[in-house]
Amino acid sequence: MGLLSKKDSKLILDPLADNNPITIQVLGICSALAITAQLKASIVMALSVIFVLGMGNVVISLMRNIIPSKIRIIVQLVVVAALVIIVDQVLKAFAYSLSKQLSVFIGLIITNCIIMGRFEAFALGNGPWRSFLDGIGNALGYGVILIIVGFFRELLGSGTLLGFKVLGDPIEKTGLYSIGYENNGFMLLSPMALIVVGIIIWVQRSRNKALIEEN
Amino acid sequence: MGLKQKLHTLKEKYKGTKMAPAFNAFHTFLYSPNETTHGGTHIKVVDDLKRTMNTVIMALIPCLIFGMFNAGYQHHLATGEIQAVSNGFFSAEFWSWSNLAIGAWKVLPLVIVSYGVGLAVEFVFAVIKGHEVEEGYLVTGMLVPLIVPIDIPLWMLAVAVIFGVVIGKEVFGGTGMNILNPALTIRAFLFFAYPTWMSGDKVWVHGAVERANEMAAGANVDAISGETILGSLAQNKAYNFDTMDMFFGFIPGSVGETSTMLILLGGLFLVFTKIGSWRIMLSAVVGALVMGFLFNSVVDAGWIAEGSKFYGLMSLDFWKHLIIGGLAFGIVYMATDPVTASQTNKGKWIYGFLIGFISVLIRVFNPAYPEGVMLAILLMNVFAPTIDHYVLQGNIKRRMKRLKVKSA
Repeated sequence: MGLLSKKDSKLILDPLADNNPITIQVLGICSALAITAQLKASIVMALSVIFVLGMGNVVISLMRNIIPSKIRIIVQLVVVAALVIIVDQVLKAFAYSLSKQLSVFIGLIITNCIIMGRFEAFALGNGPWRSFLDGIGNALGYGVILIIVGFFRELLGSGTLLGFKVLGDPIEKTGLYSIGYENNGFMLLSPMALIVVGIIIWVQRSRNKALIEEN
Repeated sequence: MGLKQKLHTLKEKYKGTKMAPAFNAFHTFLYSPNETTHGGTHIKVVDDLKRTMNTVIMALIPCLIFGMFNAGYQHHLATGEIQAVSNGFFSAEFWSWSNLAIGAWKVLPLVIVSYGVGLAVEFVFAVIKGHEVEEGYLVTGMLVPLIVPIDIPLWMLAVAVIFGVVIGKEVFGGTGMNILNPALTIRAFLFFAYPTWMSGDKVWVHGAVERANEMAAGANVDAISGETILGSLAQNKAYNFDTMDMFFGFIPGSVGETSTMLILLGGLFLVFTKIGSWRIMLSAVVGALVMGFLFNSVVDAGWIAEGSKFYGLMSLDFWKHLIIGGLAFGIVYMATDPVTASQTNKGKWIYGFLIGFISVLIRVFNPAYPEGVMLAILLMNVFAPTIDHYVLQGNIKRRMKRLKVKSA
C-alpha cells in the first residue's frame, strides 16, 4: 500500500480478521444481536459506529495530554455522547423510519464496549492519525460481522435482501413431501444471531489455528 | 465370506486412515468385534452405551407402532370413513390394516430421514475429528419422529436435524458433552423456525391441510379439524374425547406422544432396567400435579372469570394434564436423559419437580406455546449443572460440620 505505511495499514486490517472486535475480543455483542434482523439496519448501524469511533478516537487523541486521568471516563463519555447525538439527529432528519427501527440502539452506541475500549486502549496513547485509522479499522471489523450476520438473517428469515424479495413465496401445505422455500422464523429471533456469530467464530478459528486459546 | 468377515477386512484395510471410524462403527454396530483384549484385569459390564441406547429404543417401539396406527385412525376418523373406537384399547376400528397403511406411509419416512441425516452428520464429524462414531444419535433419531406433527415436510425435518446435531451436540464435544437434549433442540428449532407447521389446528391430523386447500378451491366437503386437546383448551373450546381416549391415546397430537398407557409401560420398562431415573419421573409427575392443583384451586376460589383466556386450561382437572399433550412422553423419555439431567439424587428430585411444575405453568399462561414440556425440559437442562453444584456444596458443608463436631 502506497498510501499507508505497513504499520498503519496493519491498524486497519488487523481488526478486520485476526483481531476482530466481535469474533475475537467478543465485544459489542449486544447490538450485534439486536439489530441484525435486517441487512439495511446492520449497514446503517455499521456506518454509525464507523463515524462515531473514527471521530471519537481523533478527538480523544487530540485531547489526550490535557485530560486528567482521574476523570477520563467521563470525558470519553461526553465525547461519544455528543457524536452519537449527531448520528441520531442525522438519522431522524434523513431516514426517519430507519431511525424508528433502530430505536434505542443508536443511543446505546454510547455503551458499546468497542468504543470505550479503543479510547482507553489506543486513542489515549497515540497520535490523531493513527488513532483515526485504528478507530476506522475496529469499526469496520465490527461492521463486517454485523453485515454478514444481517445478510444471513434477512435472507433466511424474511427471504429478502435490503427489502427486495430474493427467495420465493412460502410453500403450500401439502404434507410430508411438500418441497420449496419457507421463511425460517427462528432467524429473526435474537438467539439465532448469537448462533450465527458463533458459527462465524467457529469457521474463523478452524481456519486459523493460531487464534485458538490454550486452556 | 460373510458380512462380518468382509467388514473386518475392510476395517483392516482402512486402518489408520480417515475413514476408519466409519467402518468400525458399522462393524461394532452389527457384530461384536473380533479383537478383544487379553490379559490384564477388566471389569466386564453387559450394558455398554450401545446396549443402553438399544434399551431405550425398545421402550420407544410401542409408541412408534401405536403412533402409526393412530395417524391412520385420526385421518380416517376425520374424513368420516370409520367410527370412533367403542371397544376399549383393542378396538377393531383402531387396529386395522388401512390405519397402519396410512400411518406407515407417513411415519416411516420421518424415521428414515431422521436417522439418515443425523447419522450422516455424526459420520462426517467422526471422520473430520478422527474419533470413533458415537452412538449418541441412536436414541435421538428415534425420538425425533415421535415428537413432530404428522404432516411436517421432510426437508424441514432434515434441516432441523442438522441444526440440532451440530449446534446442540457436536459443538459441545459430541455425545455425553451436550448441555441440551438434542431431540428437543431439534423440536425447538422446528417450533421457532416454522411455527405454522408445528402448531395450530391443521398439522396434527394427516389430510387436514389438503382438505382445507380443497375447500379454499371451492370443493363441497367438510373441513377436517386437526386440533389437539391442548389447542382447543387454550382457546376455551370444548373437545370431544373422553378420558379413556386420552389415556389410551386415540387423540390427535405429535406422532408418538399420545398414548399415555404405552408411555407408562415404556417408563416402567426403563425403571425396571435401571436406565431411566424413577426419581425424575416421579418428581416431574408430582410437580405437574401440584401446579395443576394450584390452578384448579384458583378456579374453585372464583378468582378467575369464565371468559378469561386462561380459564380453559386452568379449569382442566389437574390430573388430566398428565394424559394430554406431550407431558408424559417428555417426562419418561426426555427428562430422564442421563447426559442432560441432574446427576445427584437430590438434584434429580428438584430437577424433575421443576420440569413438571414449569410445563404446566407454560401450558396455562402462554397459549401460544401449548407444549410447555419441551421448553420446561430445555430450561431445566440449562439449570441441571447448577442444581448439582449446590447439592454437592450442601453435602460437603454438612459433612464438614460433622467433622468439626467430632474433632472439637
